[in-house]
Amino acid sequence: MPLPKALVLRTAGTNCDAETERALRLSGANASTLHLNRLLEEPQRLDEQEILVIAGGFSYGDDVAAGRVWGLELRHNLAEALKRYVERGGLALGVCNGFQVLVESGLFDSTGPDGQRDIALTNNESNHYECRWVTLRSEECACPWIEAGELMPTPVAHAEGRFVVKSDETLARLRKNRQIALTYVTPDGGKASYPANPNGAVADIAGICDPTGRVLGLMPHPERNLDPWNHPQWTRLSADRTQGEGLPFYERMVASAAAGVSV
Amino acid sequence: MAPSAVSAPAIAPPDAWRIELFRREAKDDPDAASLLAATREFGITGLKSARCGRGFLLPPNLAADQVKKIVKELLFDPVLDELSIYPPKEAPAGNPGVHRILVARQSGVMDPVAVTVERVLRRTELVQAAEDGLLVTTFHAWELKGTLSEEELTTIARRILANDIIEDVAIDSEGLAYGLPPKAPDHGRVEVPLLELTDEALMKISQDGALSLNLIEMREIRAHYRQLKREPTSCELETVAQTWSEHCKHKTFAGTVELEDRSYKNLLKETIKYVTDTLNKDWCISVFHDNAGIIAFEGDWDVCVKVETHNHPSAIDPYGGAGTGIGGVIRDILGVGMGARPIANTDAFFVGPPDLDNADLPKGCMHPRRILRGVVAGVRDYGNRMGIPTVNGGVWYDEGYVANPLVYAGTVGLIPRWAATKSVAPGDKIVVVGGRTGRDGIHGATFSSVELHEESEMVSAAAVQIGDPITEKRVLDALLQARDAKLYRGITDCGAGGLSSAVGEMGEETGAIVDLDMVPLKYPGLTPEEIWISEAQERMVLAVPPADVDACLAMFASEDVEATVIGEFTDSKRLELTYHGESVCDISMAFLHDGTPKPTRQAKWEAPTAADPGVPACADTRGMILSLVGSPNSASKEWIVRQYDHEVQGMSVLKAHVGVNSDAPGNGAVLRPLENSYKGIAITCGANPRYGDLQPYRMAMAVIDEALRNSVAVGGDPAHTAILDNFSWGNCDKPHQLGALVMASEGCRDAALAFETPFISGKDSLNNEYRVGDKSIAIPPTLLISALAIVPDVRKAVSMDLKRPDNLVYLVGATRAELGGSEYFREKGLEGGIVPTPDLTVAPGLFRDLHQVMSTGLVAACHDLSEGGLAVAAAEMAFAGGYGLDVDLSRVPVLDAPADADFDATALFSESTTRFLVEVAPQNMQAFEAGLKNQSCALLGKVRSDDQLQVKSIKGSALANISLDELRSAHKGFFQG
Repeated sequence: MPLPKALVLRTAGTNCDAETERALRLSGANASTLHLNRLLEEPQRLDEQEILVIAGGFSYGDDVAAGRVWGLELRHNLAEALKRYVERGGLALGVCNGFQVLVESGLFDSTGPDGQRDIALTNNESNHYECRWVTLRSEECACPWIEAGELMPTPVAHAEGRFVVKSDETLARLRKNRQIALTYVTPDGGKASYPANPNGAVADIAGICDPTGRVLGLMPHPERNLDPWNHPQWTRLSADRTQGEGLPFYERMVASAAAGVSV
Repeated sequence: MAPSAVSAPAIAPPDAWRIELFRREAKDDPDAASLLAATREFGITGLKSARCGRGFLLPPNLAADQVKKIVKELLFDPVLDELSIYPPKEAPAGNPGVHRILVARQSGVMDPVAVTVERVLRRTELVQAAEDGLLVTTFHAWELKGTLSEEELTTIARRILANDIIEDVAIDSEGLAYGLPPKAPDHGRVEVPLLELTDEALMKISQDGALSLNLIEMREIRAHYRQLKREPTSCELETVAQTWSEHCKHKTFAGTVELEDRSYKNLLKETIKYVTDTLNKDWCISVFHDNAGIIAFEGDWDVCVKVETHNHPSAIDPYGGAGTGIGGVIRDILGVGMGARPIANTDAFFVGPPDLDNADLPKGCMHPRRILRGVVAGVRDYGNRMGIPTVNGGVWYDEGYVANPLVYAGTVGLIPRWAATKSVAPGDKIVVVGGRTGRDGIHGATFSSVELHEESEMVSAAAVQIGDPITEKRVLDALLQARDAKLYRGITDCGAGGLSSAVGEMGEETGAIVDLDMVPLKYPGLTPEEIWISEAQERMVLAVPPADVDACLAMFASEDVEATVIGEFTDSKRLELTYHGESVCDISMAFLHDGTPKPTRQAKWEAPTAADPGVPACADTRGMILSLVGSPNSASKEWIVRQYDHEVQGMSVLKAHVGVNSDAPGNGAVLRPLENSYKGIAITCGANPRYGDLQPYRMAMAVIDEALRNSVAVGGDPAHTAILDNFSWGNCDKPHQLGALVMASEGCRDAALAFETPFISGKDSLNNEYRVGDKSIAIPPTLLISALAIVPDVRKAVSMDLKRPDNLVYLVGATRAELGGSEYFREKGLEGGIVPTPDLTVAPGLFRDLHQVMSTGLVAACHDLSEGGLAVAAAEMAFAGGYGLDVDLSRVPVLDAPADADFDATALFSESTTRFLVEVAPQNMQAFEAGLKNQSCALLGKVRSDDQLQVKSIKGSALANISLDELRSAHKGFFQG
């Protein structure tokens, strides 16, 4: 069986591309990293991929709003190739800034009755950048490779990660479409408040998927927890841990893509 | 109160489309909440509510529907924003009872958001490419409600919302500048007649031109040009001033100094560098001569490190100064050898007390709170955007820094061995890559070489630099690819002195000719001198063989980085500049680099006369421990650490904060840089200005010990550790300041030699004084030692949190009655005393033995003893681990204490160096004790299963019982941003 092909997309200000590519590689994908400019020159390169990851960072410095500028570039300059990619069944993942980009790109297919985007990621309630470890719970959702009920310690690092919705109806629709994929909880799985919910996100939402489940975005960084010594309390934990808890996250996505490939 | 025009004569609303976006809901507008908090600090109580809007000015020639499209697609958030669009020359009508304050970058000051918007509009064709004059300006509009006097409005505008050195402010006036900065009168070759000038007139030229050249140097220049029988050009004089500046040349430190019977021809060479030369470690790959020091790491990989100061710019503009400080030191790493990949940043701040009364603030100074918040935000926004984790640092508070804050920034890099060296050959093209050159940062190098004064912020506005980290990130991404493709032969960064220093240094052995017309500019109208010495950020200079030029330029273009040939290296041994086809500079490299006069400086040293207060007993040990755990220098810095991305790149092994709640201060950072090796690096630091005030010689030894013991405590190998020296001192033209510098240098020499720890890089900043009227305030002598150690196996790294009840806790290292400069004395208001200093006959062996037992996995937790001594270390380990601890002071080995020293106070609060608290599981007791049999090693007590820190006196009585919650809240009780 051929290895699923995964593309990590980067642009000016992307800074999580190396560890993201490593996560995909360790998970069994044939992974490579490409600058947006190269993809714009040859959009058909997207047709060869099973996985597309918009890596985290500060694309264009978060200028105007985090993810805004790159999202606009995707909408304007790569719309056709992306549409083809998603309709073909390709998986798309956006981590941190990649999530912000996905929200801006329209790939979550989240528009309200007025035809305008009705979800956003904006300033943390603390009004500043925060880097800390949180616990994520995977929720029952449309994304086929997310297994509900698991807890995953993961670092967050962002200034604009608070997930907000235009109205209660938006939230109801997200629930109905099974789009809420990951939530912030306390380390033992309980209801989160700050700092377990590090940014004040509505309904403790850390990540969502599109209605098909093939597009997923999340603020935290599972690719920063691949090795057993990344965990902040690893010196207190069992010596039997052989990997970080973020690796299985990527392994499942790659396995899901591989299953798609074999079909 | 009705809005009133309190600002200068209002300028008309701009001839530009004006977009203002406010948040619909207050909870989405946290800047407004921050403003409310900040006004209360200034004693302004009348502000009821505030809103912060983001503003954009777009070209007036755009059609209305084009503007609407740009707004909808790019600027407006449909979930969050409320939108107003005003056609050119129109402005908001204003509401009664609402004050509006507009803040905008002055024209010509870097505005990264505007640059990004201009670029994406072109790229997405939201604006047709033909519209070449596309100019975007951004601003902030604040709307304030409440009862505010004109004075209060001005305070809010100028002291909270804006830094009027770089920003325009309009209060209740809708004027905004729109357009390119005004053109300065351009000129070609200008000569500065000085051959016939008197000394007085020479100095006037130096002072008027902000050249920072002293009389001896000006005379030397005059003599040189008398020989040449011509006057210098303005460009030549500027080039000499930049190259000879204290900042670039380190004239004092590398100069001849006499102190009593000691005479140094070159103080730096005979103390700091002497250590490195004498130890001659084969793992030192490149030391002192390049932009950073390089040591061997693993296989074909080396690690490099550099720490810089950015003190003066940070005093004037904390945010911009600290940001460009970190940006600059990152470029040092990009420019070491053939270029290294930055993998970690560090920072250290020395500022005035955050609770300083506003009335005690010297004229012209910013409040320490504002400075600290500003520098933290500056490092945060630059370091985070670069994708480099900020992993280690420190903050020290002292009144001596009120007028003269210190900002240190460091970067560690990873570099393949082949890339450690570089060269330049005649015929190589000079290529400048990265940001464009503007009028920002003129005279930074010479500015940093003089003392600050009340009007510094007025005269040195041009010296302020504003960073654009994403441009630097683009340079990083493109540069490392160009390096690996071997598309250039040599490289250096554009730092202090701008192109003049970068090209001057690279071409020192060859010669260079630059056509200043080729340098890409942000806006037209710069003079040749400005182009040549501008310290505009995010630029690097490459030496590119002619055959590689096309490929090299294409590589940078592929990442949207501008790269331009501006000249070539020659074999003339001269530095030649042309502008508009005319020669504006033609100076010999020999004079430029070796012509600096080297006067002999006399130093003087007198030990402070305060009597030794002995070691008085502590009446309230419990209260004292809580005070020390929460004292400014020991208290939690978590509010800073959490704002830094310390996880990016995924290499983190030990973080700045550790423990069960990740809220206790670790000893240092450990990273694993290579995915196919378990080898790691430890990054730590040491400093203590209170020691420096008393005994600089002992201080230097103590802070070297501190950096090393922090490193040993996390698993760093003391036999494979390199250190960096960063001196920040008062004016060393003053003999007693110079004397203190000599003493500290000798301390560095003696300690580093004994530890066999080479210095591999360093920097000094020697004019940290502030003049108010006739009085000069100097900072305490401040030496920051940074250590970079190899951790043989990151899986053996040790954190400081207690791990398990019933484990044993040992005190390793002997205690003496050394409380001079201690936190205990500070709390008690005592002066004088003996500054802690390592016993150099014992300390190196202790580090070695402890490292050995740690590498075999015998140690569960380890914490160094520093400020606050045993008391603070024990408290921190306990709340870190969530377990109580028994500390039996009768077991503490105290050496050489005078008879009248109180034993318990000495044992608990002495800050003797080379000491650790070490937790060991009972089954490892024998092996651990055997490993340390040649060292002072005393079992103090056991980890408790409850939450009590219990301290017993030498007589066996209970001195203090404190719960972990109390310790934790004391630790977090001090200023948290």
